[in-house]
Amino acid sequence: MSTDDVVVLGAGMHPWGKWGRNFVEYGLAAARTALDDAGVEWSDIDFVSGSSTMRNGYPGYVAGATFAQALGWTGCRVASSYAACASGATAIEAARMRILAGRSDVALVVGADTTPKGFLAPNAGDRPDDPDWLRFRLGGITNPSYFALYARRRMDVFGDTDEDFAAVKVKNARHGLGNPNARYRAETSVEEVLASPMVANPLRLLEICATSDGGAALVLCSADYARSHGVIDPVRVAAVSTVTPTYPNTIIEMPNLATDSSAVATAPERPFKASIAHAAYEEAGVGPEDLDVAEVYDLSCALELDWYEDIGLCAPGDAAKLIRNGDTMIGGRIPVNPSGGLACFGEAVPAQAIAQVCEVTWQLRGQAAGRQVDGAKVGITANQGLFGHGSSVLLVR
Amino acid sequence: MTTKDRAPALGADGWFTTGDDPHLIGSRCDACGTYAFPKRSGWCPSPACRGTELIDTPLSRRGRIWSYTDAQYQPPAPFVCPPDAFEPFAIAAVELEAEGLVVLGQLVPGVGVNDVKVGDEVELAIGVLFADDTREHLVWQWRPTGGTR
Ligand SMILES: [Zn+2]
Repeated sequence: MSTDDVVVLGAGMHPWGKWGRNFVEYGLAAARTALDDAGVEWSDIDFVSGSSTMRNGYPGYVAGATFAQALGWTGCRVASSYAACASGATAIEAARMRILAGRSDVALVVGADTTPKGFLAPNAGDRPDDPDWLRFRLGGITNPSYFALYARRRMDVFGDTDEDFAAVKVKNARHGLGNPNARYRAETSVEEVLASPMVANPLRLLEICATSDGGAALVLCSADYARSHGVIDPVRVAAVSTVTPTYPNTIIEMPNLATDSSAVATAPERPFKASIAHAAYEEAGVGPEDLDVAEVYDLSCALELDWYEDIGLCAPGDAAKLIRNGDTMIGGRIPVNPSGGLACFGEAVPAQAIAQVCEVTWQLRGQAAGRQVDGAKVGITANQGLFGHGSSVLLVR
Repeated sequence: MTTKDRAPALGADGWFTTGDDPHLIGSRCDACGTYAFPKRSGWCPSPACRGTELIDTPLSRRGRIWSYTDAQYQPPAPFVCPPDAFEPFAIAAVELEAEGLVVLGQLVPGVGVNDVKVGDEVELAIGVLFADDTREHLVWQWRPTGGTR
């Protein structure tokens, strides 16, 4: 452990569900669990980094201060980050950078959400300048529409099948069975998945993640601080990737109605999603061949297969072979989403990237009871926030 | 019976021409030649260019399907749908070769996901997104030409 490492001292979550309570309650519960896990008092935290939510009014926008007040004002420094699904990674990076700069010793990162039922819809009011408003108004193009476009292209170009996509759900459902923080804990079958109603062809109801309530928190600290607490072999944050796309971004992306133009500028070497993990690998000095475990953003079952390629587990077009071979099951070559993923959690936007890091932390500590990847030492998280926010955290023990 | 006004839906004002050969209107940078849709003004989207003159330009009427899907359930507002009148519709992402753009849009009514494949040729059509008592709100749509790759 080098002196300039940032380490995960504590991790905690409030179980995902549809509890219908104030988001602050979930954040507070997750924070207290993470502080207990770290053996750190709230009054010792010198920086609180909130991951913001857009669906809970002003307290959600200023999440950092909201959680600080709920825990009891201590005068600590604060920041609040919003980056859609990448908000948690951005909040983690804010804390990590303060620690790396020597301005903080021990920081608390918290994200929590209470979400409405059904499709995530844009904020109310006519906003013809907002791409997120325009895509719903002019096309009826929902989040599942984009996931379905990617899925259908896999089928027509690579030959992926309905059964391949359903197999991802079956795998994740099995992984999540023993996870006490997962919302859905029930086995399913390919037949059951394929019998669920079609939402956005080729994606069915059981292949698209739900929206959930939940909260997740991390205590991050310097290597020196961990050592002074007697922690000698902690999980280290080897990289955080918060990259933006490189022009021209030639893959159609939520919430846009068109891609950038590749008529004059040449498309970058890596599409945006692949560039997210690549930046994390570069920063950490490791590669996909070093991974033991991955948590990726399975907003749809087919999107999990895209991530296999984007984080470098296989060549473009080969992801379905991994699911067919059982490579990404626990016990396989490279288990993906041992937590059960969004398939078992549903999405609690500002908490999700933090929850991914909680899971990989528990995996690397050997504490993921009922879903442990044996001997895991290197893990990656990957997701992507609306409008161009990359999110990937590489953890090493 | 009075004829309703026909006008681009809110948000799509100036985004397309109507008539027999409708076009989407994008922008083209006068300095570097890159395109954008929806059109932009003020500054070129390319980081390698400091152009500020973005000129309205008609985009190719024909392109090829990059991918496609449909909506089996009524999308939430601000999508507009008369009560109990929702009909599933199909959506396509269409590659315009000359402009190097992929543009989303609904497929014309009556065309479903079983009627198209990645690579099929489509052309631009102007259709009615929704109608109220006085006006038909227009939007661009894609119609298969029958050409396949
Ligand atoms: Zn230019």
